[in-house]
Amino acid sequence: MAGRGRGRGRGCMSFSIEAVGIGKGENLPPSILQPTPLFPPMEHKPVPLVIGEEAEYMLALKQEFRGAMKTLPFYVHPAVPKKDVERYSDKYQNSEPSDNTIEWNPDWKRLPKELRIRTRKPLKENTCLSVETPVGNKPSRKTRVDKEEIISKLEVGITLEKREEEVTSDEEEGEKKSPEEEEKDGEEEYDEEEYEEETDYIMSYFDNGEEFGGDSDDNMDEAIY
Amino acid sequence: MRGNRRSLRHLSQNSTNSDVGPPTHQRVRSAGSPSCIIQTLWAKKPIKKMTAQEVRLCGLLLQEHFGEVVERIGTHLLRGGAQNLRTIANETNTPLDLVKKSLCVLVQHGVCDFGSGRRGPGSPVEYRGNCERVLRILRYPRYIYTAKTLYGDTGELIVEEVLQRGHMTMSNTVKTVADRLTHNMEEGRSMEYSEVVSSFSKLVETHFLQRCPPVAETATAAPSATPATHRTPASVTPPTAESNPDCYKLPPVTLTGRGKRRRSSDDGEEPGGVKKAKMDSESCGDEGIYWQVNFERFHQHFRDQAIISAVASKLDQTSSEIVRTMLRMSEVTTTPTAAYTQPLSANEIFRSLPPNYSISRPILDQYLSLLVDDPMEFVGKSGDSGGGMYVVNLHRALANLARATLESVVQERFGSRSARIFRLLLRKRHLEQKQVEDFAMIPAKEAKDMLYTLLSENLVQLQEIPKTPDHAPSRTFYLYTVNQLPTARLLLQHCYKTVANLIERRLFETKENKRLLEKSQRIEAILASLQASGAEPEQLTEVEEMITAPERQQLEALRHHINKLDSTENQVDETIFLLESYIISTKSK
Repeated sequence: MAGRGRGRGRGCMSFSIEAVGIGKGENLPPSILQPTPLFPPMEHKPVPLVIGEEAEYMLALKQEFRGAMKTLPFYVHPAVPKKDVERYSDKYQNSEPSDNTIEWNPDWKRLPKELRIRTRKPLKENTCLSVETPVGNKPSRKTRVDKEEIISKLEVGITLEKREEEVTSDEEEGEKKSPEEEEKDGEEEYDEEEYEEETDYIMSYFDNGEEFGGDSDDNMDEAIY
Repeated sequence: MRGNRRSLRHLSQNSTNSDVGPPTHQRVRSAGSPSCIIQTLWAKKPIKKMTAQEVRLCGLLLQEHFGEVVERIGTHLLRGGAQNLRTIANETNTPLDLVKKSLCVLVQHGVCDFGSGRRGPGSPVEYRGNCERVLRILRYPRYIYTAKTLYGDTGELIVEEVLQRGHMTMSNTVKTVADRLTHNMEEGRSMEYSEVVSSFSKLVETHFLQRCPPVAETATAAPSATPATHRTPASVTPPTAESNPDCYKLPPVTLTGRGKRRRSSDDGEEPGGVKKAKMDSESCGDEGIYWQVNFERFHQHFRDQAIISAVASKLDQTSSEIVRTMLRMSEVTTTPTAAYTQPLSANEIFRSLPPNYSISRPILDQYLSLLVDDPMEFVGKSGDSGGGMYVVNLHRALANLARATLESVVQERFGSRSARIFRLLLRKRHLEQKQVEDFAMIPAKEAKDMLYTLLSENLVQLQEIPKTPDHAPSRTFYLYTVNQLPTARLLLQHCYKTVANLIERRLFETKENKRLLEKSQRIEAILASLQASGAEPEQLTEVEEMITAPERQQLEALRHHINKLDSTENQVDETIFLLESYIISTKSK
C-alpha cells in the first residue's frame, strides 16, 4: 500500500530497479511460494573424493581410533535405567556399573578436590576369588568361613569333620582356603559315593521317616494293618 | 588383532607425500616474550563466541568418542560459558557422580579448563569448555599419519596413545607402545624400551610433544579459611604450555626393559612376569610430568606442506625444494603467527640445499628471482646483501591458498562462468552491474542471473553509495563486492555444518542397519573362535552361510557408504584447516 502510485507497472519497490539491472518489461522468474525442497536437484555434481594410499590409511586410522575410544574407560555410559522387576538375565548382562566410581586413575593433584571419586579397578572377567584386591579379602574370607560352618552342619562323615577342624584352625592363609575348600568339596562327593558303594543297601531304601503314611497309595488292594 | 587389520601399516616411511622431511634439531627456545602479569580473574577472560554449527559439531564429536553423558555435559559447558559443578548438575539433570566423571574425562583430554570462580578465590570452582580443542578431534588421523611419515611406526603409536588418553607420563607411554609393537611382531621378538624412548625424545626435541602446563595451585587446593599466601590475590590466567621453561625437557629417567606380549594364557607364564609386577609397583621417577600433543607444531608442519605443494604445482619440483629448504631453515627462528620468515641470504640457502639436489649457484639465483616475480608472491626479496635476502611470505601464501579454495568452491557449485565473475570481483573489489557484464564478457541476462544466485548465497555483497543525502534509489550507485575474510568465515561455517551432517548421516546409516551389523559381528566372533580352536572347513562354511547373499550385499553397501562418509570428513577437514589458518593469520597481523 505504501508503494501504490509510485512506480507504474510491475512491482512497486522503494528503489528503481533499473539500477540493479532489471530492464523494463523484462520477465523475472516466478516468485517462490513455498520453502525450497529438502533435496534440490543439483546442476553441478560434486568432485569425486581423493583416493589413494594416504586417504585409505587415514580412513583406517580414523575408524580404529573411534573403535578404540569406545573401549577405553573414558567412554562414560549413561546410568542404567531402573527396571521394574529384577530379571534373571540381568545377572548375565554385562552392564557398566554406573555407581559413583571411576574406572581409570586420574592424577588427582591436577583436578579440583570436589571432583574426587572412588577409583575402582576395572572388572576383570572370570574373577572368582581375586587375591589382590585388599578390600575384597575380608568379606570373602567371612563368606568362606560361613560356608564352612554350613557344610560342617550338613556333614555326616568322620573324615569330613576332621578336615573341618583343620580348616578352621588355618585362619591366616586366605589363599590356601580356596584350593582346600575345592578339594574338600571334591572329597565330599567322593566320600558320598564311596559311602554308597561300601554298604550293601541301596540308598533309596533308607527311610528317614519323613514320608510316614504317604507311600501306601500303590497297595490299595492289600489291607492296612 | 587391531594391528593385523591395519594392513597398510607397512607403508614405507619415504612416502611421496612426505614433503617436509624430519625437522632438524631445534634449539631450545628461550623463555619467550616477557609475559606481563594480567590482574584479571580467570573467569573474566573473554570467551570466544561459538556459533551454533560449531557447538553442534562439537556435540557430535564428543558423543562419538566419549559417550552421551559427556556430550551432554560438554555441550552445556560450551553453550553456557564458565559454570560451577552444582549448576551443571542441576541444569543438565544429571546425577552428580556422572557429572564428576564426565568433567574428569573432559579435563583429562584438555577440553575443559577450571579455575576459581567469579567472586574470587573463595567461590566454587568454575569449569569452562574449549570448543577449538574438541574440533581438533577431526584432525587426529592426520596427526597420527604425519607422525608415521616422520618417525615411523613407533612415532605413530606414541602420538596415537597420547591422543587417546589426553595426556600421559613418558614411562607409561613407552610401556604401552612397546607392548603394542611387541604384539604385532612375530613370535619371540620384542621391542626394546630404548628404541621407543629415542622416538619419544625425537618427538619432544622437534616440539611435537610438549609437557602439560602446571596446574594453578589456587584452583586445586580446597578453599581454606587461612590467609592467602604472598601471591597476588587475583589468580593469574591459566599458564599455557609454552610459558613453562621446561616445556620441552625430557624427564631424567632411564627406562630399561622390553615390551611384553599379551598372551591369552595366564600371565604367570611370561618370562618377565615378575619384572613386570615390579615395574608397575615402583614409580619410574617421572610422576607428575605429563605430555600432550603440541597441535600448533603440527599445524605449522601442515602449513609448510601446503605451501610447498602449492609451489610444486604452480612452478616445479626444484622451486618447491628451494622453498622447503628455506622453511626448514626458518623453523627455529619464526614464531607460529609470523607473517613472514626471517630473511635468509641466497648464500645460506645455497649451502643448506639437500645434497641430492645439486644445482649451480646461478641457477639458484634464477629460481629465486622466478619465485619472487611469481604473482602468487610466495617468496619476497627483502634486501640485496649476501647475494640477496629472501623471505617466505607466510601470510600471503595462506591468503592465496584460501582465495584459491574460495574460487574453487564457487566453480564447483555454480559453474565456471560464475567463478569468473567471482574472481573478477575479488580482484577489482567494487564493480557495477554493467561493468561486471563487460569485464567478464558474459551476456547481460546470464550475468545478472549468476550475480543474483551468488548474492542469495551471500558470497557476493551489494554496496550502496549514495549520490545525494536522501539515498534516493535512482541516484545511488549499487556496487557488487566480495570481501575475502568474511567469505572465508562463511565458508568455514559451511564446512562445520557439512561435517556435522556427514556424522549424522553416518550415525543414521549405522542405526538403520544395527541388527545386521550385530549379526555379522557375532558371526565373525564365532568364526574367529572356531578358527582358533582348529575347525574343519565345512564348519567354517556352514557358519559363513548363516549370512545370506542379499544380506551380504547389504553389508557391503553399508560398509562402502560409511567409508565414503568417513573419508569425506577427512577431506573437509583439510579445507577447514586452510581456512582456519588463514583467518587466524589475518587476525594476528
